[in-house]
Amino acid sequence: MTDATGIGLRHLLSTEGLRREQAEALLDTAASMEQALTGRAVRKLPTLRGRTVVTLFYENSTRTRVSFEVAGKWMSADTINVSASGSSVGKGESLRDTAATLAAAGADAIVVRHPASGAPHRIAGWLDRVGHSHTDGHVAVINAGDGTHEHPTQALLDAATLRRRLGADLVGRRVAIVGDVLHSRVARSNAHLLATLGAEVTLVAPPTLLPAGVDAWPVTVTHDLDGHLATGPDAVMMLRVQAERMHGGFFPSAREYAVRFGLSQRRADTLPDHAVVLHPGPAVRGMEIASSVADSDRAAIAEQVTAGVHVRMAVLYHLLAGEDVA
Amino acid sequence: MSTTHVRNVRPYGEDPTDLYVRDGVLVDHVDDPDQVVDADGLIALPGLVDLHTHLREPGGEEAETVATGSAAAALGGYTAVFAMPNTNPTQDSPVVVEHVWRRGREVGLVDVHPVGAVTVGLGGERLAEMGMMAASAAGVRMFSDDGRCVNDPLLMRRALEYARSLDAVVAQHAEDHRLTVGAQAHEGPVAARLGLTGWPATAEESIVARDAMLAAAAGARLHVCHLSTAGSVEVLRWARETLLPGTTATVSAEVTPHHLLLTDTAAEDYDPVHKVNPPLRPEADTRALRRALADGVIDCVATDHAPHAVEAKDCEWSQARPGMLGLQTALSVVTATMVTTGLLDWRGVARVCSEVPAAIAGLSDQGRPLTAGEPANLVLVDPDARWTVRGADLASIADNTPYEGMELPASVVHTMLRGRWTVQDGKVMTHE
Repeated sequence: MTDATGIGLRHLLSTEGLRREQAEALLDTAASMEQALTGRAVRKLPTLRGRTVVTLFYENSTRTRVSFEVAGKWMSADTINVSASGSSVGKGESLRDTAATLAAAGADAIVVRHPASGAPHRIAGWLDRVGHSHTDGHVAVINAGDGTHEHPTQALLDAATLRRRLGADLVGRRVAIVGDVLHSRVARSNAHLLATLGAEVTLVAPPTLLPAGVDAWPVTVTHDLDGHLATGPDAVMMLRVQAERMHGGFFPSAREYAVRFGLSQRRADTLPDHAVVLHPGPAVRGMEIASSVADSDRAAIAEQVTAGVHVRMAVLYHLLAGEDVA
Repeated sequence: MSTTHVRNVRPYGEDPTDLYVRDGVLVDHVDDPDQVVDADGLIALPGLVDLHTHLREPGGEEAETVATGSAAAALGGYTAVFAMPNTNPTQDSPVVVEHVWRRGREVGLVDVHPVGAVTVGLGGERLAEMGMMAASAAGVRMFSDDGRCVNDPLLMRRALEYARSLDAVVAQHAEDHRLTVGAQAHEGPVAARLGLTGWPATAEESIVARDAMLAAAAGARLHVCHLSTAGSVEVLRWARETLLPGTTATVSAEVTPHHLLLTDTAAEDYDPVHKVNPPLRPEADTRALRRALADGVIDCVATDHAPHAVEAKDCEWSQARPGMLGLQTALSVVTATMVTTGLLDWRGVARVCSEVPAAIAGLSDQGRPLTAGEPANLVLVDPDARWTVRGADLASIADNTPYEGMELPASVVHTMLRGRWTVQDGKVMTHE
């Protein structure tokens, strides 16, 4: 395992602003984590013994929360789950007070999922302004998805998956991100991270599901899925369309969306043999993606979940494993 | 009764002279004055008039009261403020507007003119008792649902028509709420990056255009609150040039100091002290707004002073209430954006911060020339001062200033309301 924990990262709030060497260090560490665990009967590394990781989730999530929890446990950290419904959060405690309480109670890292964009930034700002005796004055904040802003560990696990499938160098690789970009934190994080890693990103969506100002992103934009697939991308990432968007007037009907922007078997068949299909899950089969495509060898959906654990181990490692940890 | 001699003061920044006050009125000369104030280096302007203030009383006293807001106003150089009706209870009836008006008189630091609601409870459904409010002791002549737009075009048409018979002006918060569902920040690259739902410029511009047409048709008086986009400036220019000539209608507009100085990139740290409605816009808009204020397309400056308790700001961006303090920083921000840039001289500042807003509101005793026979409403400004803004030091109960730690030019030294100092040497002279 790498011994260079210092990559100049105090929190992981976004992939925007993440430097290429930081991103590559995280991905390399994730790959080392995978190797270190392979073939072990007991999947337990001592790296974060005595460290406490709190997941603070204001939105329901199975896969992300479990992934962080497993990542912490496999590195021997104590992991504690706090959810909006099962704590004082439900009694109307402010985000600031909740964060301060968790820090005072001994958290070394707080993994936050929150419906408000920027909530993890606020927590990091509040906690950075006060000292924390048990952690040399620092509590690391990890963004596990904030509103429609970012979901940086999802982007890292997507990049890790692409590296496994396409090779460690993503420079010049062409990745299409298809669907509800407007409301997608996954799209924002991936657009920035993949561009930082040298990939060429194309967003494919109807105009109503693209944010005004998207032209400032390091991507190209098209509304024509078939036209773009004909150019032979190396990877296609399908975004989730949330149920409430289907009735929000963003597009005429689920049927029309599926016809114009769904990854059908016919469309998947036009892809190059090596091309990978990604989906952050949970997928709406038959609308965003045909079941046969989701279950095909081309799809890396299960690998994404596995990579998620390794990537989150890497993030916890770089944020928490200081010099005083063996 | 009392007499004051202000020595060596520069009216409108021009050559030094002396001003004399007797019994609340400017006079040519006073022998043996009760008080002599040495005003070396200070500029005299007519007391400032703010068409857009939130005093929060009744109902929001944890953030501001008529007393603390009046103190902030006096310290900011204001001698008259218009208190917006989004109080609790709403200023939509004679009894509530009279209460606010009376509190203003009791405090006595600034003339408090309550703005009446256009619709009952700001609900946007039926007209409030505008005529009763106009006939009340408060003498309401400005109506607004500020904070909410009178979105229904039929209701807005009737409000304009009805207000005309009261010689009143309808001040519109121009925001088509159907275009700003969930909006958190200016729609553009910054909001797109931050994942904040966009507030498109068209939501303001379409209402400004619609209302100008309705006002022209009704021959009524429309005032546009906190105009914030370059496009709205163009709509206003178009309305003045092609729509209004030949009608009795007038369309006026205000711009806030924060829209002259701050830009949408302020949201990047997600600190909701920068959350305001309409939102901070890109730099191109701030440039257009400054130019329009200098050219007279935008008529005046209004603060949209909006105090909020700490809980309403020390939270997630989307949970935070919009609005920022403005009374004590307005003149400094106008100096920084308009005077030091050469866009306005001090006569221009007097025009946009005092004379024109007083005229829009129909005040006969404010925004008057600094000549004998006029009411002695004055502010004396040190144009060379520089000061650092500290929210905790401001007179408001709330401390939500977006200028925290910023060094700004020009400070208010003395303020006089009808011959009585409300501020001397930067300190409030409380009378209550």
